[in-house]
Amino acid sequence: MPTTTSAPVENATTATSAGASPRRQTWRDRLSRWDLKLSPYLYIAPFFLVFAIIGLYPMLYTGYLSFFSWPAYGSEVGPWVGWDNYAHVLGDSVFRKAFWNTMGIFLLSSVPQIIVATILAALLDTRLRGRTLWRMSILLPFVVAPAASAMIFGAIFADGTGLINQTLDGFGLSKVPWHADRFASWTAIATMVNWRWTGYNALIILAAMQAIPRDLYEAADIDGASKVKQFFHVTLPSIRPTMIFVIVTSTIGGLQIFTEPRIFDTNLRFQGGSDFQYTTLTMYVFNTAQTTTNPYPRAAAAAWVLFLIIVGIALINFLVTRAVQRRSLR
Amino acid sequence: MSKISKSWRRGLAAGAVATLVVGLVAACGGGDDPSESTKLGKDDTLTITTFSEFGYGDLIEKWNADPERPFKVKQTVVAEWDTWKQSLTTGLQSGEGLTDIVGIEGDMMPALLAEGASEQFVDLSDSELDSRWMESKYLEGKTADGKQIGYPTDAGPEAFCYRADLFEKAGLPSDREAVKELFKDWDTYYATGEQFKKKMPKTAWYDSSGAVAQAMLNQVEYPFQTKDQKVDVDNPDLREVYDTVSQHAPTLSTKVEQWGEDWMANFTNDGFATIPCPGWMFANIKDSAPDVKGWDIVDAFPGGGGNWGGSYLAVPTQSEHPDEAKEFANYLTTAESQVAASKVAGNFPANLEAQTVLAEENATDPYFNDAPTSQILASRAEAVPAGVPFKGDKYSDILGLFQQAIRRVDEGTDPDKSWATFVEGVEGMS
Repeated sequence: MPTTTSAPVENATTATSAGASPRRQTWRDRLSRWDLKLSPYLYIAPFFLVFAIIGLYPMLYTGYLSFFSWPAYGSEVGPWVGWDNYAHVLGDSVFRKAFWNTMGIFLLSSVPQIIVATILAALLDTRLRGRTLWRMSILLPFVVAPAASAMIFGAIFADGTGLINQTLDGFGLSKVPWHADRFASWTAIATMVNWRWTGYNALIILAAMQAIPRDLYEAADIDGASKVKQFFHVTLPSIRPTMIFVIVTSTIGGLQIFTEPRIFDTNLRFQGGSDFQYTTLTMYVFNTAQTTTNPYPRAAAAAWVLFLIIVGIALINFLVTRAVQRRSLR
Repeated sequence: MSKISKSWRRGLAAGAVATLVVGLVAACGGGDDPSESTKLGKDDTLTITTFSEFGYGDLIEKWNADPERPFKVKQTVVAEWDTWKQSLTTGLQSGEGLTDIVGIEGDMMPALLAEGASEQFVDLSDSELDSRWMESKYLEGKTADGKQIGYPTDAGPEAFCYRADLFEKAGLPSDREAVKELFKDWDTYYATGEQFKKKMPKTAWYDSSGAVAQAMLNQVEYPFQTKDQKVDVDNPDLREVYDTVSQHAPTLSTKVEQWGEDWMANFTNDGFATIPCPGWMFANIKDSAPDVKGWDIVDAFPGGGGNWGGSYLAVPTQSEHPDEAKEFANYLTTAESQVAASKVAGNFPANLEAQTVLAEENATDPYFNDAPTSQILASRAEAVPAGVPFKGDKYSDILGLFQQAIRRVDEGTDPDKSWATFVEGVEGMS
C-alpha cells in the first residue's frame, strides 16, 4: 500500500506517456474495478436488508414461537411444547375446512380471472378509439380501496336486502343464501377477487402482447389466418413467459387470500361463516391468534403449515409449466 | 458447479449474519420500559376506546372545553363489541397499541380476572369508591385477591320492547299494562308469537334467535362452566335453551344475525314485533328506526328477570398514563356523569346514586310512547336473580360458539348436527 501511494501522479503520467503499462494499476483503475464488482451488490442490498427485517426475521421468529406455549393475555412466552401446536392445527377440523375453502375460492377466482384477463388484453390490443382511456379504466377496480369495495359488495351480496337477492325475489325466484351456503359464499368471494384483479392482470398481459412484433400478424394475415387463429397461434405462444408469471403470482395471491373473505364476513365472530363456510387459511391463522388457549404459538404453527403448502403448490406449478414448455418446444 | 455452490454458500452465510444483526438491533430497540409513567400536561391527550354507545360524547366535549381540566381526552368509538374485542385481545397479547382507558363488555370480565390476564391491568381499587356501585357489578370486576380491574359503567336489566302498532294489527292487546300478561313466561311468549304469526305472516315475532337465546341463557344458573371453572356444556339446562330456540327458529325468528345489515334493516321494514331490551338497546332502536312510530316498552320479562351485558372501564398496564387514566375513569363513573350518559344512551347505570337520581326524575321517553323508562329499568333490575348466570373464565368465548350453533340452525343446519359441532368447538378450545 505505501509503495503505490508514494507517487501516484507520476505513475499515471508515465503510464499515459509510455503508451500502456499493464503491470501498474492506478487508484482510479482499482476504484472502477471495485465499482464494477461490488456496486451491483450494494444496489440490491437495500432490498435484502428490508426483507431480512420485515420478512425473514418474523418468519424465523414465527417458527421458533410455534414450539412454545403462550397463554392467552399473557405477556411472556411459556415453556417448550415440541410439536403439540402443529398436531393441534393439523388435527383441527376447522383447519381442514379452511384448506378446502381456500382451494375452492382459488380455483373459482384464478381460472376465470386469467382467461377473462387474456381475452380483455387481446381486445385492448386492437385499434380502438380512445385506447388509453379503455386501458386505464379496466384498472379502476384495483384503485378502489378495499373498504369501499366492502360497501359495494356488502350491498350486493347481503342475504336479505342485497341487490341480487332483491332482484331474484322480484322475479319470484328463491334467494341465494350467500353466507350460509358454502359454494355460494365461494362464488361471491371469487367475484370480489375477480372484480379487483382481472384488470390488473389484463394490463400485464397487454404489455406482453404489445411487445409481439407486428410483422408476425402481417404474415399471418397474408397466409389468410383468421383473428381467432392468430390469437391461438401467434399471440398466446408469444406471451407464454408472461402467462407463467401471471399464473404463478395469482396462485400465491390466491392461496393467501384474506381481504375479500374478511370483508365478505358478516359473522359476529369473524370466523368466516357460522359453520366456517368461507374461512380461508390466512383467516384461520388470524383467528387462531384470538382464541382462548395458546393463541400465538398455534397461529404461528398454522402460518408455517400454510407456508409449506404454498411452497409445495408453487413447486408443482413450476414443474407443470416447465413440462408444458418443454413439450411445446419439442 | 463447485464454484456456484461455493459462492451460494457464502451468500447464505452473509444473509444469516445480516439477519442475526438485524434481529439483535430489533430486539434492543424494543426494550423501552412502558411502565415509566409521564405526567400529562394541559395540551396532552389521554385516549379512551368504547364500543356501541356509552353516552360519553358530550361529557368528553365538555371536559375538553373546560380551561381548568388538567389534560385533554380523545375518545374512539367502535360500533360493535365483537370487533373491539378482537382488537382488545390482540392489544393485550402483544402488549401494545391500546388506549389509556378501554371499555370492556361484562361477559369478558371473568376471562380477564384469571391469572396471567389480570397482570395486564392497573389496580383501580380505591376504598372511597367501595359503595359507589351495585355490589354484584363491582365484585365482578375484582380478582380473587382483591385487585379491582374495572369500574362498572352500567348493568343490563332486560325489559321487552315491542311494536304496539303491529300488535294492534294482529289483534293483540297493545297497552303497556295489558301486554304484561303476554310476557309473563316463555311458554306464553312463544304461544303469543305463534298467534301473531297467523295474522302477520310477513313479520317475525322476535328480532333474532341469538337475542332470545341470550335472554333465556341469562336465566340458567350454570350455563357453560361449573363453580370450579370446569367446562360442562352437556348439561340439560343449556340443552333446553338450545332446543327451545331451535324449535321456534323456523317460524318465529327473522333468522338474521344480530348487528348485521339485514338486522338493522328489519327495524324499519316491520321485520319483527318484539326484541329483548336492556337499557343500552334503546339507543340502537332509535338510531336504526328514527321514523318508526309505535315502539313501546313493557315492564315485564318472561321467566322473571335477566341481565344482558353491562360494561366496565379498565386501564391496561401498557398505558403510559395510568394515574390520569384512573382519575378519568373515576370521573366518568361518578353519579353526575352516569346520569348524563344514561340520558344519551338509555342504559341503566351501575352507579347507585345515579340510579336514585334517575328514578326520582322519573323521566319518560317520547320515542317509546312516553314509557317511564328509568322506572321500568329499575323495576327490571330488582327482578334479576343474584349471581345468575355463573360466568366462568371461558364464558365469553363459549358464548360466541353457542351463538354460532344457533346461527347454523337459523341457516338450516340440523339442530343435532349443529350441537355436535358446538361441542367439538368447545373441546378444541383447550
